[in-house]
Amino acid sequence: MQQLISLLVENKPGALMRVAGVLTSRGYNIDSLTVAKTLDPTLSNMTIVVNVESSTHDEELLIKQIKRLVDVVEVVDLTDSQAVTRELALIKVKVSPDMRPALLKEADIFRARVVDAASTSYTLEVTGAGEKLDALIGLLHNYGEVEMIRSGAMAMGRSPKVDHREAFAEASRVSDKVRETVKI
Amino acid sequence: MSSLMSGSQILLESLAREGVEMIFGYPGGVTLPIYDVLYDHPIRHVLVRHEENASFAAEGYARATGRVGVCMATSGPGATNLTTGLVDALMDSIPIVAITGQVPEHLIGRDAFQEADTFGITRAATKHNYLVKQIDEIPQVIHEAFHIAGAGRPGPVLVDITKNVLQGKTGYHPAAVLRPLRGFHVRLDPDDEEIEAALQFLWASERPYIYAGGGVISSAASDELREFAELLEAPLAHTVMGLGALPSNHPNFISMLGMHGSYAANMGITETDALIGLGVRFDDRVTGRLDAFAPKARVLHVDIDPAEINKNRRADLGIVGDVKQVLQKLNNRLRETKESLGTHNRQKRAVWRARIEGWKREHPFAEVYDDNEIKPQYLMKKLDEASGGEAIVSVDVGQHQMWAAQYIRFNRPRLWVNSGGLGAMGFGLPAAMGAQFGNPGKLVMAVVGDGGFMMSLPELATISSHKLPVKIIVMNNGWLGMVRQWQELFYNGRYSEVAMDAFPNCELLAAAFGIRGRSVDNPAELETGLAEALAEPGPFLLNVNVTREENVYPMVPAGGAVNEMILGPPKPVAVGD
Ligand SMILES: Cc1ncc(C[n+]2csc(CCOP(=O)(O)OP(=O)(O)O)c2C)c(N)n1
Ligand SMILES: [Mg+2]
Repeated sequence: MQQLISLLVENKPGALMRVAGVLTSRGYNIDSLTVAKTLDPTLSNMTIVVNVESSTHDEELLIKQIKRLVDVVEVVDLTDSQAVTRELALIKVKVSPDMRPALLKEADIFRARVVDAASTSYTLEVTGAGEKLDALIGLLHNYGEVEMIRSGAMAMGRSPKVDHREAFAEASRVSDKVRETVKI
Repeated sequence: MSSLMSGSQILLESLAREGVEMIFGYPGGVTLPIYDVLYDHPIRHVLVRHEENASFAAEGYARATGRVGVCMATSGPGATNLTTGLVDALMDSIPIVAITGQVPEHLIGRDAFQEADTFGITRAATKHNYLVKQIDEIPQVIHEAFHIAGAGRPGPVLVDITKNVLQGKTGYHPAAVLRPLRGFHVRLDPDDEEIEAALQFLWASERPYIYAGGGVISSAASDELREFAELLEAPLAHTVMGLGALPSNHPNFISMLGMHGSYAANMGITETDALIGLGVRFDDRVTGRLDAFAPKARVLHVDIDPAEINKNRRADLGIVGDVKQVLQKLNNRLRETKESLGTHNRQKRAVWRARIEGWKREHPFAEVYDDNEIKPQYLMKKLDEASGGEAIVSVDVGQHQMWAAQYIRFNRPRLWVNSGGLGAMGFGLPAAMGAQFGNPGKLVMAVVGDGGFMMSLPELATISSHKLPVKIIVMNNGWLGMVRQWQELFYNGRYSEVAMDAFPNCELLAAAFGIRGRSVDNPAELETGLAEALAEPGPFLLNVNVTREENVYPMVPAGGAVNEMILGPPKPVAVGD
């Protein structure tokens, strides 16, 4: 299983190390991680996909422990959300001249663009959800040897920005069970 | 030009503005510029004899005074030596600020002499850390460091400063306001809805139980805690971090809970239907096997750190907030409703208190005495008498720590100083120094094991140099006693590498450091030895040879259920039985 986490962090040296540290010290493997400046250059956005096969995984605790970092301004778990996630891949395929038209047709279906053409290969650029990229890469294997670089996922939540006060209220929420059963 | 100041001057000025009166430290190459300013600066510097002890002393100072402790070390080995104290402060939520020097910026990353990646190494050892490479940042960074160390859940903050910054010059602009920390928020007070839910939770309970820890001390909530326990008429157990928050002689107090907790405390936790955790983190040394911990209880958990709620035990009602503020609001409501809602289950709660009293009587901490040998428990009783609930007692880690926690009583918070979460041997003596520097004129006892004492040995020089009147009591059992106990109970008595032989003659040792000392072997000598130590205006080293193979009971074996305690040594089997 994968957990998809989106963070807003201070754009400072060390911020990435701190976040990565929380994950690695708990034994999580990071599947992908993207970081870049936001519109406000003093902040960076990070999207992290972690592999959480471990049976001791506690997603609530992980999010809270990341949130505890002084350099982390916001953190949202987007795993089961309607977030828009996109990934970019650059794919180089060895392809013989007679197969080129067929490849281009197939690339078109995936809205992949040719960004470099050499005598024996094409380099394609494609964006989309991870599964779409997987599907395209699977097909391209039929044409010849494939080389690939992926950016890792970027995700944008669909709800407005998270308010930290709300997040605290959530941490301190009164569970329904208590409301119902503990009453004089 | 005269208005220009060096980075080192700005650093000390910024520390002074935070109210720092004392730094525990050890100099080196890259911190020379700081030490040059310290030479005639009003901030006092205490030269320890090992940087680890600088961090422990800063912790002892912070634990005993409630103020932020400060320690300092040079780059490389100085900084790595500090690290154990940082982790210790992180585990026990103790506010300290550590200043380290770093090699000049142009040498960073070039394996320069005494270069270590202090910022990277201490990432996981601190609540937050800084690497300062711009002289103008110093005032703000120091201001922030103190704020972060003390606010919310306290903890250690490290500030690493390059030598070129320490030597550079600039105009000084004090940090008047904190720049906004967008990622650091502290929620202090609960809302009314949470308080009302808690009120219902409490008055609906039949067998309430208060489990109070170090968070109560951090938030200075002793008075509120006492009133809370009295309003609810509930038994209260402390974690090893909470001791002293409620006076030990308070009738509701049922001592410590957990691995070496009292029978009443551990039976109570097993039977309670309403567990009230205040500033605690459900540590494994408290809970034992989690699924057998408080199995009949719903849990109300109050903590300032949201990450603690639901971490080890799911809370039925979690309140993120400052324990003091939560209890103030809760106490108001409890007082207002005591004669209305509070009559609900009142009878059942009285029956519960009687059951607790029964457990207290059934198995109190044992009275152990022998005419010819000093029993460790008896030593602790004697220290308790000497203290009268008012001395600062700083302990090391091991059997003596647990016996001290069981037998020595405290009338108020910040008297009991111990390494709870990390269990770092070598802590007790330097922490006692820090506590004494922060409380001149107060009786401070360093109660340490023979093993831990050997780790702190060089600090006898610091104590001697400052004529610091710490009373060092070595509970000498000749072993790494706690490890020996586990080897006896769980490893078939195969005592592997736990003998502390070649222990020095303490009278000679003390004399070599220019302080007074003595060894005692039986109860009569203990009496006079202790009197001598207490009468001595300066430091005193009292080596107390105790029964060698005594075990700490009750004991919950690691990972066991807390109500399945080993209460004492196996009874000798009578012949013919
Ligand atoms: C730095 C460090 N190393 C090892 C340990 C493991 N340990 C826990 S208690 C103990 C024995 C302590 O012996 P001593 O100081 O003589 O105290 P006693 O248990 O005999 O009272 C040891 C080795 C530790 N807690 N800290
Ligand atoms: Mg010992």
